[in-house]
Amino acid sequence: MNRIHYLFNHKKERVLSIYFTAGFPNLEDTLPIMEAIQAGGADIIEIGVPYSDPIADGPTIQDSNMIALENGMSLKKLFSQLVGFRAKIRIPVVMMGYLNPIIQYGMEEFCKKCQEVGIDGLILPDLPMQQYLDEFKPIFDKYGLVNTFLISPQTSENRIREIDSNSDGFIYMVSAHSITGAKTGISEEQIAYFERVKAMNLKNPRLIGFGISDSESFSTVSRYSNGAIIGSAFIKKIKDAKNLTQDIQEYIQSVIK
Amino acid sequence: MIKVDEKGFYGKFGGAYIPEMLHPNIEELRNNYESIMASPEFQQEFQSLLRDFVGRPTPLYFASRLSEKHKAKIYLKREDLCHTGAHKINNTVGQIILAKKLGKKRIIAETGAGQHGVATATVCALMGMDCTIYMGSVDIQRQRPNVERMKILGAKVVPATSGSQTLKDATNEAMRQWINNPVDTHYIIGSVVGPHPYPEMVARFQSVISQEMKWQLKEKEGRENPDLIIACVGGGSNAAGAFYHYYDEPLVRLIAAEAAGLGVTSGKSAATTVLGTSGILHGSKTLLMQTADGQVVEPHSISAGLDYPGIGPVHAHLFDIGRAEFVAVEDEDAMKAGIELSRLEGIIPAIETAHAIHALQMIEYKSDDVIVINLSGRGDKDLDTYIKWGGY
Repeated sequence: MNRIHYLFNHKKERVLSIYFTAGFPNLEDTLPIMEAIQAGGADIIEIGVPYSDPIADGPTIQDSNMIALENGMSLKKLFSQLVGFRAKIRIPVVMMGYLNPIIQYGMEEFCKKCQEVGIDGLILPDLPMQQYLDEFKPIFDKYGLVNTFLISPQTSENRIREIDSNSDGFIYMVSAHSITGAKTGISEEQIAYFERVKAMNLKNPRLIGFGISDSESFSTVSRYSNGAIIGSAFIKKIKDAKNLTQDIQEYIQSVIK
Repeated sequence: MIKVDEKGFYGKFGGAYIPEMLHPNIEELRNNYESIMASPEFQQEFQSLLRDFVGRPTPLYFASRLSEKHKAKIYLKREDLCHTGAHKINNTVGQIILAKKLGKKRIIAETGAGQHGVATATVCALMGMDCTIYMGSVDIQRQRPNVERMKILGAKVVPATSGSQTLKDATNEAMRQWINNPVDTHYIIGSVVGPHPYPEMVARFQSVISQEMKWQLKEKEGRENPDLIIACVGGGSNAAGAFYHYYDEPLVRLIAAEAAGLGVTSGKSAATTVLGTSGILHGSKTLLMQTADGQVVEPHSISAGLDYPGIGPVHAHLFDIGRAEFVAVEDEDAMKAGIELSRLEGIIPAIETAHAIHALQMIEYKSDDVIVINLSGRGDKDLDTYIKWGGY
């Protein structure tokens, strides 16, 4: 069974997914960061593949992408780091990346490598649903990769239903009209959107991301969903970390406490 | 037939590779742009603004001294005489009327050299709409007069500080801001790039160029079709406009002049069809300058308007099927061609346009061939670059 399915079968509440950019702050930090995220008590690890032009990301993740690329990160390098990671990491791991580097690597080769090293799913923010269905779904299926779509407050009910029926892992709810890291605090308007989607009784679990940074925001959004995704706030933490492993564990513990 | 298909592809290129957050905006545009553009109210307003505000039709001018020098019958399509100094305003006039019909209150746009930014700020002033222009910090430094023009027109100019801080990054930033403000805001893209339907929509607004060429050539030459059309290509909006009504006239040769920068092998170039491979940038699949790892490479051209690592998907398709011939013009040759046109015809062209002038020296043609060069913009904005270059 795919680890993502297993997770949501056993845990319906307060699921925490942590995003980090591979190659940031240092090229070889990938595995230590993953181990620390698991040790801190998070449920899913999202590995960001750095890209020169991340159009859905705010300044924090843009900077981490830039630094990771300067450090020499690439998909080839990343896969070489990930060989054997399953000896230490038991929680689901998802790759998040923009399409272009993956297409240059070769979608089939990419998916094959993901399966080989033990990746469970993909989040490709600039892959629209139609293109996924037309071009890539058979490949994802062949290599046992769960695909995750995003929805936002603007997404219509019909579209959400369509996304739900074409999803088989979890749905990534973007919390506001926003790129990553742009807004903090949760407004009444956002709560209304969370409630609206919750009331739709979708078949897939929902994780809320964008603007989640601490225990308060995590607990708030967890009331309306199965949990949350933290990205920019985590990148800020590790950027300033004195002791990477210890700081990561303390941060995650402070969020889920 | 060169035609965009239902999914937004020209052959292998195009599409709409966008984050889900922009899906409703793109869907709204895709579902409405054709019917709005076809409506009599839209056409009435668009045509009257093109005539009275932009100054269309622009002349098709027989350049006798240039013709004599290059031994052909050369006409210049005078887009440089459009209000604000370039063809860019054809598109912004169209898109702002469209934005109003969609009920949008705010306009955002990207700009490289500042021409599209000025053209956008101009129509926003005309319509009393709030206007924010994203411009790379590097471009803000090197295109100061256009920054001030935008401000005089009431626009807010916001620096894009990420990446190379030029046109590509300004486009990224405009897309991010559209994600942040999806409901009341329309994004006026300035070239035939971006997710479907932008490339086709912008091409249609610019197609007035070739539409006029047809009847103007009929008047002057007794035939609608020239033998060659030459236009410069960055993203490719003026070329798309100049080629549009001739795509399916196989006897009309279409010549696209790209920027070779310091030379196509110098590492300082923007010759996308030479150096690019298929990839995805700014929402469409196209030819793109990139590393083997799929990271976008910084282009170089002396002309900010051609300093773009991609090319509109329709041009990638024209290249792919061999419908258009592409030449790569180096900085130095473009500058010399700019001086040549200034001295022979009394027209100082934009440096972008000067690339198209030099293309005359890179292709074969016959002495009785009728050639139309799309004179996409005037050189006022480039005086600093001409002065720094100094070879006159």
